[in-house]
Amino acid sequence: MTHPRSVGFVEAQKAHFDEPLPLKAGRVLPQYDLVYETYGTLNAARNNAVLVCHALSGSHHVAGVYRDDPHNVGWWDNLVGPGKPLDTEKFFVIGVNNLGGCFGSTGPVSINPVTGRPWGADFPFVTVEDWVNAQARLADRLGIERFAAVIGGSLGGMQALSWSLQYPERVRHVLAIATAPKLSAQNIAFNEVARQAILSDPDFHGGNYYEHGVVPKQGLRLARMIGHITYLSDDAMAEKFGRALRHGIMRYSYDIEFEIESYLRYQGDKFARFFDANTYLLTTRALDYYDPAADYGGDLAAAFARAEAAFLVVAFTTDWRFSPARSREIVSALVHSEKDVCYAEIDSKAGHDSFLLEHPRYHAVLRAYFNRIEV
Amino acid sequence: MATSDREHGRRAPTLRPDLVALTEWIAPGERVLDLGCGDGVLLRHLIDTKGVVGYGIENDPARIVACIERGINVIQSDLDEGLADLQDGHFDHVIMSQALQAMHNTQGILQEMLRVGHEAIVSFPNFAFWKHRKSILEGHMPVSESLPHQWFNTPNVRFFTVADFTTLCGLLDIEVREWRGFDDQGRPVQEDLNFLAALAIARIGRRA
Repeated sequence: MTHPRSVGFVEAQKAHFDEPLPLKAGRVLPQYDLVYETYGTLNAARNNAVLVCHALSGSHHVAGVYRDDPHNVGWWDNLVGPGKPLDTEKFFVIGVNNLGGCFGSTGPVSINPVTGRPWGADFPFVTVEDWVNAQARLADRLGIERFAAVIGGSLGGMQALSWSLQYPERVRHVLAIATAPKLSAQNIAFNEVARQAILSDPDFHGGNYYEHGVVPKQGLRLARMIGHITYLSDDAMAEKFGRALRHGIMRYSYDIEFEIESYLRYQGDKFARFFDANTYLLTTRALDYYDPAADYGGDLAAAFARAEAAFLVVAFTTDWRFSPARSREIVSALVHSEKDVCYAEIDSKAGHDSFLLEHPRYHAVLRAYFNRIEV
Repeated sequence: MATSDREHGRRAPTLRPDLVALTEWIAPGERVLDLGCGDGVLLRHLIDTKGVVGYGIENDPARIVACIERGINVIQSDLDEGLADLQDGHFDHVIMSQALQAMHNTQGILQEMLRVGHEAIVSFPNFAFWKHRKSILEGHMPVSESLPHQWFNTPNVRFFTVADFTTLCGLLDIEVREWRGFDDQGRPVQEDLNFLAALAIARIGRRA
């Protein structure tokens, strides 16, 4: 085994598609771009491709760094690289920014060719299924008939699951991590509060803030703060911040008193500087709408009947946003539809964020699973 | 979970005699659930020889990785919490190989096995094996091939005999449909299992 190292310098690429994409909500995207990155080499048999699906705030930049931005490390760099669990010496790995995103793929910030202005609020609703359809077209373009694996965490896990249902013959393995077969009412509630924060920001301008030269920063910031609370566990917050005071004493003000407030404001501010509010709205809605069992009277096992892939499902003990119980729903459905499935529940303190971290047991499970995939 | 399970490592291991014996009770293509499946040796064997659709339940992180490497369907779960995620009657056979003695919820898991499976197969070390009786007579807790731990470090929490198991099955409306027994050399035992078997296997089902 190679000593694990970075994939090094990477470059994003852009694919343009002229063939209109019909969307689940009824509208049609006449043309679109997808930005993506690849790591490793597609083998002669073209059977070693692995698609990495991103979650709410992720992008196509999965691993490595940019020559002109060497501190911008890919969001799953600890997983993907030579000698790493998703070994780029064995696999050809693809990261793609989803439609509606704000990192270069066609989204609300892109110019609508019909109006010559940014799509803004008029960008059509996109769903997990639409993303998967777009990813499939990118796979066609790259000459990949069948993925060795599709992997994702959280919302990315939903895309991975959806691959096995939308294109059963095109994916051999699905790795669904820290995810759920559909959102709970509580999950939707958190998303709704985040959306209301954005929608009620005076700078939102009905989604057409680009024309006003502003961004709904306050709203985005609040949305991200709420999100961050749900990504961390109570234990992790207690350990990281406890009730530590910023100034050592209470000042009896609404400025930062507790360190946790400082952390949330920092995360919120950082996010509001680079993320697009319309993308945030669209993406949380895609999460809300996802429910593959809906067409089967709520019977998830019946929904999975068509799947041909083998599955690895992973959950983390302190994840309360997508708890282990939600992953066990997926596992149970897969067992009852007689699919190959492995399930690991990782003891981790870090909550939902665990899926992005380099936990030894977690990575041992992923490494073992990827090792057994034949290419 | 399994306490006398010595089958670790990657090499193709020799199957324990109880595992070989219970294979005879499995028909080709069955749906099989192995509770406390260890590193997946039995399921691998059942898949290779009987073409079963097999799933294992295990709670030990290292063994889960071993199962994944072996290409076995393994699901992490604590058996003492039951099998609530599984539907009634989904499996043809539910197997628990040398794990029952390490579980607290003995009655609950037996009931659960026969809820999700049509039949169950349970193997366990027989505490009443004559060498164990001799050991007690000599004043010491037995330590043997089938009970390899000392009293102070054993993961076993339930100590029972072939006769005790039979009694419990009666209380739970479970019928023992077939027995197999092996002595401490792994040789089949033909009679008086409660005295001569170090290891016993029962094929059980719901009393009609």
